[in-house]
Amino acid sequence: MDLALSEAQRMIVDMVRQFVREEIVPLEEHLDPDADELAPADYHRLVEQAKAMGLYGLDTPPEYGGPDIDLVTRCLIAIECSQHRAGLYAPCYYVFGGARQAQLFEATDTQKERYLYPMLRGEKKVFFALSEPSGGSDPARAIQTRAVRDGDDWVLHGSKLWISGADRADYGLVFARTGTETGRSGVTCFIVETAWPGFNVRRIVHTLRSAKYATEIQLEDLRVPHTNILGEVGGGFAIANDRLSRQRIPYAAECLGVAIKAHEMAVQYAKIRETFGAPLASRQGIQWMLVDNEVDIRTARWLILDAAARADRGEPFRTESALAKLVSAEASGRVVDRSMQIHGALGVAKDLPLERWYREIRIRRIGEGPSEVQKHVVARDILGAGLR
Amino acid sequence: MAVRLDKPWIPLQAAQVAHLPGHLGVYQLADSTGEIVYIGVAGGRSAFGLKGALQEALQAPPAAATQFRYEVNMAYHTRHLELLQAYHYDHGRLPVGNLDIDASTLGRLRLG
Repeated sequence: MDLALSEAQRMIVDMVRQFVREEIVPLEEHLDPDADELAPADYHRLVEQAKAMGLYGLDTPPEYGGPDIDLVTRCLIAIECSQHRAGLYAPCYYVFGGARQAQLFEATDTQKERYLYPMLRGEKKVFFALSEPSGGSDPARAIQTRAVRDGDDWVLHGSKLWISGADRADYGLVFARTGTETGRSGVTCFIVETAWPGFNVRRIVHTLRSAKYATEIQLEDLRVPHTNILGEVGGGFAIANDRLSRQRIPYAAECLGVAIKAHEMAVQYAKIRETFGAPLASRQGIQWMLVDNEVDIRTARWLILDAAARADRGEPFRTESALAKLVSAEASGRVVDRSMQIHGALGVAKDLPLERWYREIRIRRIGEGPSEVQKHVVARDILGAGLR
Repeated sequence: MAVRLDKPWIPLQAAQVAHLPGHLGVYQLADSTGEIVYIGVAGGRSAFGLKGALQEALQAPPAAATQFRYEVNMAYHTRHLELLQAYHYDHGRLPVGNLDIDASTLGRLRLG
């Protein structure tokens, strides 16, 4: 595979890199080290800049007004957008349009009018509720939230956990078991409005990260119209699974962006920091750490762009997506850890972004499918369908 | 961890504040009746953490605060947000000292 960037890709990468360096990083000097939002005036100003750059709505298909970019280019942008303190979970503070619930593109025309277009216009916020206290890695079997038909409605009852943004959302996608089947075919996706009686956000779940924080939801006799089913009854798992496979690749690219920046900082610091009369960079122990960083970064980059290229060519990419996510999350964690070690005590201080990246990159080995699940996916594909 | 901060109030006095830790975290200020008048945070940019934040409150008490309580918490950002949301759920508004925050952007908890 040729990893060389096209002229257009090079221009986009340079433009986004300059944007992060000149617009985002200076603002962070005045924000709390754990901040996940810009001041409204800064946010709106930068959204206009993103629109002027032709990059607003990055994850929106061109037919709905998004930029016409392929997944490789999307990953290249993700690598650049995460190279600042909040970049892993709040890349460029969402001024490029933030995360979208891509499943809503599968909505009916009526549903699109009410739910998709307001989301695309940035007027409404949306959440995605798949995981439950009983598990998230194997949702087809773990989902215990039930939906029971009652006339023109369905009545939902259950709990959802690790749900980002539910406390601020206007509506969201909730997956519930509608059939007696225990596997994939018994799961249905509902569009649920947060103002409806029975929808309760019980708490914020405090974790290592502050951006895109998680919440716990309780659904208590929540009535949802039948017309708010997204897709078909029993077809919810396919909707969820499509999203997870495709989004793993830019997700992996965000990890890589942080690793690249941490490594860059480590290289610079090793050159200027002196111990025992010589720069750190002159020590073999430090040199090998930097080399290990380089190996991790190049390996992850190759796998990410390979997976994205396969998806762009319309080829199967499930294994490649899993490998990219697995390797990037693990390797980027190692890079941040080594870079922190090279910085010594300064590395763990809130003066630098390394401590935030260290906390947040740890979550990446678990989020969007833990490393072990990615290995499980790859193993299934290596060993054949008989193991499923 | 309980959502609401449920600790005894401490008089907002120099002697009490002097013994506070420099850790990061959240705090609440109340008037003499125990009504919460301000929910604050000692974040990563604070010079002396909770101690510094409450020394500032001591110099210029928001909304005539006379008491405080605090919680050391490295997840100070989300904890602060949660305390504000919990107060809003209980009272339908924010504390008088937090009215500069747009409650419509805060998010909603329904604690039950």
